[in-house]
Amino acid sequence: MPERLLRLSGLEPFVLTSDIPFVNVGERTNVTGSARFRKLIKERDYATALEVARDQVENGAQIIDINMDEGLIDSKAVMVEFLNLLAAEPDIARVPIMLDSSKWEVIEAGLQCVQGKSVVNSISLKEGEEQFRHHAGLCLAYGAAVVVMAFDESGQADTFERKTEICARAYKILTEEIGFPPEDIIFDPNIFAIATGIEEHNNYGVDFIEAARWIRQNLPHAHISGGVSNLSFSFRGNEPVREAMHAVFLYHAIQAGMDMGIVNAGQLAVYDQIDAELREACEDVVLNRRDDATERLLEIAEKYRGEAGGPKREKDLSWREFSVEKRLEHALVNGIVEYVEADTEEARLQATRPLDVIEGPLMAGMNVVGDLFGAGKMFLPQVVKSARVMKQAVAVLLPYMEEEKRLNGGSDRETAGKVLMATVKGDVHDIGKNIVGVVLACNNYEVIDLGVMVPSQKILEVAREQNVDAIGLSGLITPSLDEMVHVASEMEREGFNIPLLIGGATTSKTHTAVKISPQYQKNTAIYVTDASRAVGVVSSLLSPSQQKAYIENIRAEYLDVAERHERSEAAKKRLPLADARANALKLDWAGFAAHTPSFTGTRIIDDWNLQDIARYIDWTPFFQTWEMKGVYPRILDDEKQGEAARALFAEAQEMLARIIDGNWFRPRAVVGFWPANSVGDDIRLYTGEDRTETLTMLHTLRQQVWKRGNRPNVALSDFVAPEGAGPDYVGGFVVTAGPEESEIATRFERANDDYSSIMVKALADRFAEAMAEMLHERVRRELWGYAPDENLGNADLIAERYDGIRPAPGYPAQPDHTEKLTLFNLLDATNATGVELTESMAMWPGSSVSGFYIGHPEAYYFGVAKVEEDQVRDYATRKGMSLKETERWLAPILNYIRKDAVA
Amino acid sequence: MSGKLTLSPVFEALNRAARERILILDGAMGTQIQTLGLDEGDFTGTSSGQSLRHRTEHPQKGNNDLLSLTQPKVIEEIHYKFAMAGAEIVETNTFSSTTIAQADYGLQAAVHDLNVAGAQAARRAMDRATAEDGKPRYVAGALGPTNRTASISPDVNDPGFRAISFDGLRVAYLEQATALIEGGVDLLLIETIFDTLNAKAAIFACGQAMQAHGRQLPLMISGTITDASGRTLSGQTPTAFWYSVSHARPWTVGLNCALGAEAMRPHLSEISGVADTLVCAYPNAGLPNAFGQYDEGPEDTAQQVAEFAREGLVNVVGGCCGTTPEHIRAIAEAVAEHSPRKVPEYA
Repeated sequence: MPERLLRLSGLEPFVLTSDIPFVNVGERTNVTGSARFRKLIKERDYATALEVARDQVENGAQIIDINMDEGLIDSKAVMVEFLNLLAAEPDIARVPIMLDSSKWEVIEAGLQCVQGKSVVNSISLKEGEEQFRHHAGLCLAYGAAVVVMAFDESGQADTFERKTEICARAYKILTEEIGFPPEDIIFDPNIFAIATGIEEHNNYGVDFIEAARWIRQNLPHAHISGGVSNLSFSFRGNEPVREAMHAVFLYHAIQAGMDMGIVNAGQLAVYDQIDAELREACEDVVLNRRDDATERLLEIAEKYRGEAGGPKREKDLSWREFSVEKRLEHALVNGIVEYVEADTEEARLQATRPLDVIEGPLMAGMNVVGDLFGAGKMFLPQVVKSARVMKQAVAVLLPYMEEEKRLNGGSDRETAGKVLMATVKGDVHDIGKNIVGVVLACNNYEVIDLGVMVPSQKILEVAREQNVDAIGLSGLITPSLDEMVHVASEMEREGFNIPLLIGGATTSKTHTAVKISPQYQKNTAIYVTDASRAVGVVSSLLSPSQQKAYIENIRAEYLDVAERHERSEAAKKRLPLADARANALKLDWAGFAAHTPSFTGTRIIDDWNLQDIARYIDWTPFFQTWEMKGVYPRILDDEKQGEAARALFAEAQEMLARIIDGNWFRPRAVVGFWPANSVGDDIRLYTGEDRTETLTMLHTLRQQVWKRGNRPNVALSDFVAPEGAGPDYVGGFVVTAGPEESEIATRFERANDDYSSIMVKALADRFAEAMAEMLHERVRRELWGYAPDENLGNADLIAERYDGIRPAPGYPAQPDHTEKLTLFNLLDATNATGVELTESMAMWPGSSVSGFYIGHPEAYYFGVAKVEEDQVRDYATRKGMSLKETERWLAPILNYIRKDAVA
Repeated sequence: MSGKLTLSPVFEALNRAARERILILDGAMGTQIQTLGLDEGDFTGTSSGQSLRHRTEHPQKGNNDLLSLTQPKVIEEIHYKFAMAGAEIVETNTFSSTTIAQADYGLQAAVHDLNVAGAQAARRAMDRATAEDGKPRYVAGALGPTNRTASISPDVNDPGFRAISFDGLRVAYLEQATALIEGGVDLLLIETIFDTLNAKAAIFACGQAMQAHGRQLPLMISGTITDASGRTLSGQTPTAFWYSVSHARPWTVGLNCALGAEAMRPHLSEISGVADTLVCAYPNAGLPNAFGQYDEGPEDTAQQVAEFAREGLVNVVGGCCGTTPEHIRAIAEAVAEHSPRKVPEYA
């Protein structure tokens, strides 16, 4: 049942619930209340002015008041300018805004700039009911709550009677005539200065407090606010007394029902901690308890004058003055390596044992990092940098620990658990796995990383020897999926009873639930979406108290996923192969004459320039590598990750410059073209232009999914002219950034710099992709030459706005990895470029790209998706491969259960 | 500005129906138009259909809203197919019929006609369908987000810059809403909201148009969440979005488009948990594949939408990008057995 509560929003919602006794409205962005802010606005120093707003939000302001009312300022223009800039700062814009002005036009201009639900401060009956109705109606149309001042045609209300009478009248108009929601009305019954020496002022405090009480009792759902600093106006210059008066006043007003106020939270005394004598004197004036209250407060006030006000906040730059523990924490959280060795050494000298430094300040610091990461306040690149600091600190301590161990045989340090990580057999991709390893290590897990291409035997052997608590498998190419199923079934067979974590680009919850989990029922196989989830998953799996329930939940969830998958698969209609072929794409070959390539056969391309390649880099996947989702360059301005993305991008540029200047990579490539014609679903390559002798056959797969309307069932062969329809050609290529990448990465790892190691690998991958893009352009313009005048920018290249495609075996248009073998043979690619194929048909080095070239302008990328047994049998016959082997390679796309599937 | 107007009579009929069952909205107009493979001549009406009286030098292929004027039969037929597939509320073909969006096609001057014709085409289709089976049907005038953002700067180096102002949007939406009402729509639908400030300008304008019309029409408000972060493009959480538009007292609030039903579920659930009005959801047919096409079948989409219904999250459902009359038919069948979400009322 919803309640009538004040509900506001910035980027995030704010609800004034009953457990919030008092909403602190930030007042530092008010030119009438803050001399500093006024100066900044006058000087148009908006950057610093935004910092003021940010500080308030960081210090807990739930709403920020913005006021630009100053004689020499164009309030309306400045309000618009400031709000527009503020909208671009997500950490400020997350809270609702209070638009504060005595001029309606300034408020209305402000209302047109804020997407959230804000508060208008203020409207009143000062200029009569008509104006009041007009303003209130507009507030409703713009969607804002409203502060109503106790002000009418005859002036500001000072007494209890006037305050309550005006508020009641305004409430009636708002709720009965305008239809204003009562919970969106906030009354400001005017806080005036007390203890001024004028007798009529003595009861102002009481008048406010009693009016507040009356309003809360008689005007349902409305709220009470006020500007507190007016109260102590006569004690200007005596901050301790002012703060005490404010604290005492708020103590009583809040009890009466005041639930909002414009207060400088940094300068507010705590009621209980006010000196008893001062507190009593304040209470006397606020509550008007004795006639001589003002004199008595004046008398004792002198005693407190000159004392410092509230505590001063420490400046961020002063962190070098902190204790050594705090310095280490600061360095870890902020990823600062400069002082870490000296600080660690200092901590070691203070500690009894070197281990105490790890278990004490370093782990404490990493726990802070872990918490911030878990709360989404730190991003992955920052965590990896923290890990770098941690590793360097540990490196300082290691020799001492070994020395100590040698002397007295001390025990190993306690860890949260031991996790074995490996990229499975046949796969060489390990960036994601390394990131997970780093994150786990940061959280005090001992990580045993077996590297890449690890056979299942080795994984199980080490797991048993080291008595690990969990195994994490990673893989990027599709055959790895099957290898993971294999590892799972081996674990079951050998009686393992530890969690199996599954991660990597091609893995999914569905695959894990449908294929892997059923193979391993002794414990559980669990899919981990990304590195940020790894710690949560592992700690739940290893926690004695949560383990059981957690695993049961996962089991239930996976059963559900598997069932749903089965249902949706059953719903997908597949066509018999013959029907799919009948619905093949039919291009107009009569009107097509293929361009003759500048050469046939193969050619090695070695005139690469790293600087040129870098211009072709598509940065979006680079950010994806770091688990930052978004499109470059937009991601740089993303509200949540923009800051982290910019920092990462800057460091990538730095590393890129080092790579280019140092000529770290030696890229290689080979490209070839052959006369070709399609024959059914295959493509025949000829030894020569006379097209009499077959060089080799390329085999392609056809979509069998049922298509709506007149969409065809495509195979790659549809894009190549059939035999008898005139000459056509097909090309092929392999590019690599070179094997140097892995040597360099290893060097960084040895220097305890995982961050740089991952960075180099991520950039090498981007180089290889950029080379493929660049080479394809050269093919179109020059080597094949069918588009000599093409001139596209990088964005257009990334969007593939050109003629022709470069499908790669193992990708959606040709999911069969073994066609890579044919491609490599055609190009003699291993001799030409040094790139090798693993047993799973992954390319080593990992930063390599290969594919075929098809030139027809209407060729496009597509996904073969699931295929039926009739096609797989036909395909196996055409390829001359056994059905069993064909099914093994095509396992991820089979739309049927293999007869020999592991039981 | 609201609250003082007489309610349009459709409120009663719609509310009664919404208490009884989950109501069905139509599917994607664009997807249906695409399958027809119309060319430039078809769009301008020079090679078929009715030729355009507004002059422009811009190519018009892809200006789907223009078809309401040049190929009214085609648009009417698509509406009719959705209606016969089970849609009770259809959206007019006016997603981009504002002076702001039509500027890309040089057709600002046609905006009034586009909206009136768009409303009439839908109305004719609904009348035909109702004549056939007797079921009442309603036309919702669609107001799209335009291609500008009022709270985000398009210039990275100048975060304070705005390519469009609130008032610029308000004026454009007022023109659109007035013409839609003139064309006879029963409801107004502000949809695919990626920047809430744009939507607030549309709400303001709809309020003004209704004031001038003298009747309050039911208003539907639908945001879109495209980010994995679970926020609108302009950065709001679903709850913050609802608080920002709740002053419109919309007949429904909800989500459309975005990443398909599955990705929409948690955000829809959040809105359903806070909104004290009816909730509407019309997702895309899954995620676009690598080629930008939607290939989630009718049964798949329907199953996921039925899941919304089973959990009691929705009162109105339909489809966005990639959904066809077959999808709508499947959705209507799949939700028929579920009761509508109960709207929470104030204590």
